Amino acid sequence: MNSSTPSSSAGGPGSADPTGPRRSSKRPKYSRFTQQELPACKPILTPKWVISTFLLISFIFIPIGLASLFASRDVVEIVHGYETDCIPEGSRNDKVGFIQSSLDKTCNRTLRVPKEMKQPIYVYYELDNFYQNHRRYVRSRSDHQLRSPTSEHNIGDCGPEGATSNRTHIVPCGLIAWSLFNDTYGFTRNNQQLNINKRDISWKSDRDRKFGRNVYPKNFQNGMLIGGGRLNSSIPLSEQEDLIVWMRTAALPNFRKLYGKIEVDLQAGEIINVTLQNNYNTYSFKGKKKLVLSTTSWLGGKNSFLGIAYLTVGGMSFFLAMVFVVIYLIKPRQLGDPSYLSWNRNPGGR
Amino acid sequence: MDTSSNIEIIENSYQVPDYTRNSSSQRSISSFQSTQSKTSIREVNFSSELESKPVRHGSTGGADSEGFSASYKEINDDDARLIYINDPEKTNEKFEFAGNSIRTGKYSFLTFLPKNLFEQFHRVAYIYFLVIAILNQLPQLAVFGRGASILPLAFVLLVTAIKDAYEDYRRHRSDKIENNRLAWVLVNEQFQQKKWKDICVGEVIKVFGNETLPCDMVLLSTSDSTGVAYVQTTNLDGESNLKTRYAKQETQMKSPVEGKISGLIKCEKPNRNIYGFQANMDVDGKRISLGPSNIILRGCELKNTDWTLGVAVYAGRETKAMLNNSGAPSKRSRLETRMNREIFFLSIFLVTLCVVVCICHGIWLRRHEDELDLMQFYRKRDYSGPEVENYEYYGWGLEIFFIFLMSVIVFQIMIPISLYISMELVRVGQAYFMIRDNRMFDESSNSRFQCRALNINEDLGQIKYVFSDKTGTLTENKMEFKCASIGGLDFSSGTGNEQVEYSVEVDGMILRPKMKVKVDTELLDLSKSKHSDEGKNVHDFFVALAACNTIVPLTVETDDTSVKLIEYQGESPDEQALVYSAAAYGFMLIERSSGHIVIDIQGERQRFNVLGLHEFDSDRKRMSVILGCPDNKTVKVFVKGADTTMFSIINKSLNLDMVKATESHLHSYSSKGLRTLVIGMRELSTSEFEKWQSSYESASTALMGRAALLRKVANKIENHVTLLGASGIEDKLQQGVPEAIESLRSAGIKVWVLTGDKQETAISIGYSSKLLTSTMTQIVINNNSKNSCRKSLEDGLVMCKKLKIESGATGGGHGDGVSRLALIIDGTSLVYVLDTELEEQLFELASKCSVVLCCRVAPLQKAGIVALIKNRTEDMTLAIGDGANDVSMIQMADVGIGISGQEGRQAVMASDFAMGQFRFLVPLLLVHGHWNYQRMSYMILYNFYRNAVFVLVLFWYVLFTCFTLTTAITDWSSVLYSVIYTSVPTIIVGVLDKDLSRTTLLKYPQLYGSGQRQESYNGKLFWVTIIDTLWQSLAAFFVPLLAYWGSSVDGSSIGDLWTIAVVIMVNVHLAMDVMTWYWITHAAIWGSIIATFICVMVIDALSFLPGYWAFFHIANTELFWLCLLGITVGALVPRLVVKYLVQCYRPSDIQIQREAEKFGNLRVAEIEMNPIIDSPRTT
Repeated sequence: MNSSTPSSSAGGPGSADPTGPRRSSKRPKYSRFTQQELPACKPILTPKWVISTFLLISFIFIPIGLASLFASRDVVEIVHGYETDCIPEGSRNDKVGFIQSSLDKTCNRTLRVPKEMKQPIYVYYELDNFYQNHRRYVRSRSDHQLRSPTSEHNIGDCGPEGATSNRTHIVPCGLIAWSLFNDTYGFTRNNQQLNINKRDISWKSDRDRKFGRNVYPKNFQNGMLIGGGRLNSSIPLSEQEDLIVWMRTAALPNFRKLYGKIEVDLQAGEIINVTLQNNYNTYSFKGKKKLVLSTTSWLGGKNSFLGIAYLTVGGMSFFLAMVFVVIYLIKPRQLGDPSYLSWNRNPGGR
Repeated sequence: MDTSSNIEIIENSYQVPDYTRNSSSQRSISSFQSTQSKTSIREVNFSSELESKPVRHGSTGGADSEGFSASYKEINDDDARLIYINDPEKTNEKFEFAGNSIRTGKYSFLTFLPKNLFEQFHRVAYIYFLVIAILNQLPQLAVFGRGASILPLAFVLLVTAIKDAYEDYRRHRSDKIENNRLAWVLVNEQFQQKKWKDICVGEVIKVFGNETLPCDMVLLSTSDSTGVAYVQTTNLDGESNLKTRYAKQETQMKSPVEGKISGLIKCEKPNRNIYGFQANMDVDGKRISLGPSNIILRGCELKNTDWTLGVAVYAGRETKAMLNNSGAPSKRSRLETRMNREIFFLSIFLVTLCVVVCICHGIWLRRHEDELDLMQFYRKRDYSGPEVENYEYYGWGLEIFFIFLMSVIVFQIMIPISLYISMELVRVGQAYFMIRDNRMFDESSNSRFQCRALNINEDLGQIKYVFSDKTGTLTENKMEFKCASIGGLDFSSGTGNEQVEYSVEVDGMILRPKMKVKVDTELLDLSKSKHSDEGKNVHDFFVALAACNTIVPLTVETDDTSVKLIEYQGESPDEQALVYSAAAYGFMLIERSSGHIVIDIQGERQRFNVLGLHEFDSDRKRMSVILGCPDNKTVKVFVKGADTTMFSIINKSLNLDMVKATESHLHSYSSKGLRTLVIGMRELSTSEFEKWQSSYESASTALMGRAALLRKVANKIENHVTLLGASGIEDKLQQGVPEAIESLRSAGIKVWVLTGDKQETAISIGYSSKLLTSTMTQIVINNNSKNSCRKSLEDGLVMCKKLKIESGATGGGHGDGVSRLALIIDGTSLVYVLDTELEEQLFELASKCSVVLCCRVAPLQKAGIVALIKNRTEDMTLAIGDGANDVSMIQMADVGIGISGQEGRQAVMASDFAMGQFRFLVPLLLVHGHWNYQRMSYMILYNFYRNAVFVLVLFWYVLFTCFTLTTAITDWSSVLYSVIYTSVPTIIVGVLDKDLSRTTLLKYPQLYGSGQRQESYNGKLFWVTIIDTLWQSLAAFFVPLLAYWGSSVDGSSIGDLWTIAVVIMVNVHLAMDVMTWYWITHAAIWGSIIATFICVMVIDALSFLPGYWAFFHIANTELFWLCLLGITVGALVPRLVVKYLVQCYRPSDIQIQREAEKFGNLRVAEIEMNPIIDSPRTT
């Protein structure tokens, strides 16, 4: 490899090569890399450095924390649980029976706007105790089938909702689609209809490339057991936005999903009447249902956790910085002080 | 040949210049004739036939002396292979002996896949991988996608397979070249060229000078009339000096082409001992025994010989060279052994997690048993079939079991399998830097540092005991004749020492020894005066030096055509030194042929017939040669050996004063650190000679117990010798040895010297190498019985205690002030100590001594001493040596180091590391060992942390998914996590990170203590790491969880957040601990983070995955970035705080030195000015 350079290696340190060039020297070629002498930075945790780091952290974190808290506080949120109230009192002993029956499930609720809500106001439904991340559930879908009509037969993972009892494929197949949420909400303010915009509530990327424009629902919700909403089989999947939203399975067992947007401002104290169809069966697993109206901030919805967390970390950092300053002043240790070396401290070895 | 006068012979021989190259054997079993036993007795009168007769050597050297048992037993017919010379058909008739084609390649096209896979799966790690991957293939357990689960294993297997295939391809190619080389083979009574691969056992092959031997063959005849051939065994054992091999006289005479050679060779089955061979040959109805000197081995090169004829006995893969083709020894590093304990903890941890998950899942199933049928996200009922069935539900018990297996699959990387692969890569990198280190390159032997074992690099950082050989390890093994005591006169005053160049002129040619030697002028004058008594003594002394050896003189051409140099080739450097010095005093050995030697004595060529030679062996510790003197009348035996054995055979009645004087001289020589030899001589009467000769002949032709018989013969003749004198040879200390020992000592490493030398020599070397100092108390143990040994050991222990108390009374001042203990023990005492109950006491005593010197120890005792320490303590041992006698100790110690020096390469072949000089031990241990240990220990801990943190994040999520092992993090990210996202930085840091600079480490050897105290990897650190891991995983998991609680976030998005958060956290954690930032480190760490982002983006850009485009959605929100920042800071702040507090208020030596390195110059001055007022340390 490098034996062809017999004398050039003499440039290395301390190599007074007396053997001369006639013998091909195997001396390793000198380079800063092979001698592990590359230029390097060797950071050390000096008190100054550590204290300023902690101060820096606190100076960054405390403002962010405050900003987050304010953002969260500014969000106006109306949360209304209705899973019990929307069952007629007589049926409350057998909620599951009621929800499975064909009785009229219309239910009227009133909401009071606590503070002014600027548009857009997002309308969510919130489910509790619904494990959209259950292994059986998340797997039970066919992304190929959703995308292209030629993959209709691709229902391998969709069980037990892959095919109907007479062996025809279900589109969209799988438990997720089957369990589509189907409560509906209508809002009136002062007896005036509040429009809910249900367009663009799903991801554009999903509409464009995940759910096919020419894939139409087939045999959907035809089985023995109805899991949830039905789909208009003349509308392609890419336009079934409720389905698209539903199919983005939630990360956690209590989750919100976007139902629509109200694009007018609501004033404080206004009363909003909600007409809802309580169709969806969460009673079989004691799940809760909530209707949520919420404005949004730069940080998203109402959640003060991040603000508190940032303030805590920032505060702690400031406190630690102060403690380190005090410690440094009271009991400094000179950096690189050889008197702390073990063999100086404790002569004669261990 | 004319033999009427000696002078004429000498002239004769000079007409055949090749003769000077002839030689006798070196330390090897030599040939001898079984014929002529009757007639040879008459040879006392030195008839003309005698002159051309080859020398006969009695010998017990080489393998024979070590493997007594082998030499005693007759070869059984069952254990033998029969070879009919020049009759390959008959030879191969009964047994198909292997052909000569070799296949070092392991695989063929067809067998590659199965065989290679089989070999790769010898590693437990891969089997673990495989089992998990197979589990994942079961439909009920498929946690990961099929591709994702197989990929890492397939990747590793593929890379290894490609590497193996390439290596194998190269082997195949070289095999092909080897197999197609040509050799001359006797076919139908004439020589034809044949490819090597077609050579069969039994064929007669002719090899010319400088050719390589195609197979192992027994010599039949050579171009030299005495049947000598020289071979170089560099390819076999790396030794570059020439070895002599002999053809038997019976076959030497025959020409294979005319008179057909036939005969039967009965030899042992193929074995890998390249220094041993045993066979009998039946030729012309006579049985001749063959030894290792009659066989030449495949791979050797024929030198200085025009041609040789031989019969193939072992071919192809049965040759000794091929049988020895095995890899380096494999040892496991201490760190890796320790690591297994932590791996065990991690397995328990893993099982715990799995049990928790499956129990919780079981409870959940029970509690929701009735709801399962309809529950939208479970729906047990399957209506799609003709009948209503349960969909993928196997009952309560089986579900739990499946969940358990699935959790093992999901949490598999808790056991950091990738760590094993990373460790291997890191070690390769570390080895690269050790090999490339300029400071461990030996100029004089032009040799680099060698890493022969690749898996114990980090052990170099934890050594506590160094066991060192003396000769050739501490010393250069370049002997120099220093002083002589001749006839009771000491010539060591050194007055007027000058280098004299002695030369002789023959036929207009000037012969000159290659090496100049300093001579004592007084002695030089004496050696020239022939007639005084002293002159005679001196004469005999130097004749003995020149004759009593196995040196081969070779003439070397110089630029000046009229001058030739004589180079003395031999295995023993002592002998070389003695011959060179004899030459300087005018007794120049010029020629050695098999039957005689020619010595030029003060310009006069004299020819001595060598009638017999008893080689050196470790029992007798002496050698002797029987010479017929030039006057053709007297026969003398010259004996040379160690003083212990020599004085017992010296005839003390003759000249007691002289003996006494010599003894005192010897004592003074050895206390100067010289190696001493005693030389004696006796004239043999005719009857004595005849008696010797007959017993010698019968002993050397004996088939059983030849070595023992020869020893007996030697013992008989070697007695009542007249003392001629003694020689003192200096073995210079290697450069830098005292400094190296000083460094090692202050690094807390105990250096033990184990030597075969005499006690005095050992002690004096101990002083000159600073191993011993005058302040030390020496405990000397040399006893001849078990009881006295016990007593000495007890006394030693008492002394120990006394000294302890004394030093304690004086307040335990500085370590140097206390008179430390040195234990000196000799081999004879060790015989009574090792392997008995006294071992314990010796260990106790030795561990209290700062220096232990063992002298006169046999090779196996060396290993025994190493074992003494190794078996009783946890401390790491290192053995360093250069000779064959160190092999056992090198293999016994945790780390074995071979010095590639003068004594051949056997030590190197057995070692884990090899280097040129003893002093390289200092950079090797203090610098590379320290670094390697630091790097490897950190890497192991970091890998534990890295994998555990990821597993825990997965685990926390599982708690929110009904314990069903859903992972928010995509399968691909899980798989790539330890492959791409986080692997490169740890490897880079493991190879490159330096806690301290080389200069500091060398300046403060005490820093080495951190490795000995296991400061970088221990149980405490492991648990601290695990606690840190727990906290970090909590931070990484719960910050996003709470920040997104109750929001509309989907699983894929938050999964991407977790992926990236963990990767950033883990890499920043590493960045916090990196001590030396190179640009490569920056590239690796920040590059990994960037690579992670890219990978996550690519995965999320695949529209057939559920998480399509999720990353781009979530990365578009401020919350995502705030979470990342919060996690990284929140997770690492505790670590930073603890690290800072520890570094500040409980600084390790390394930490202080790092600070000193950075701010050093400033501080030192300050400290000197104001001595530390507050010394608040209360440790």
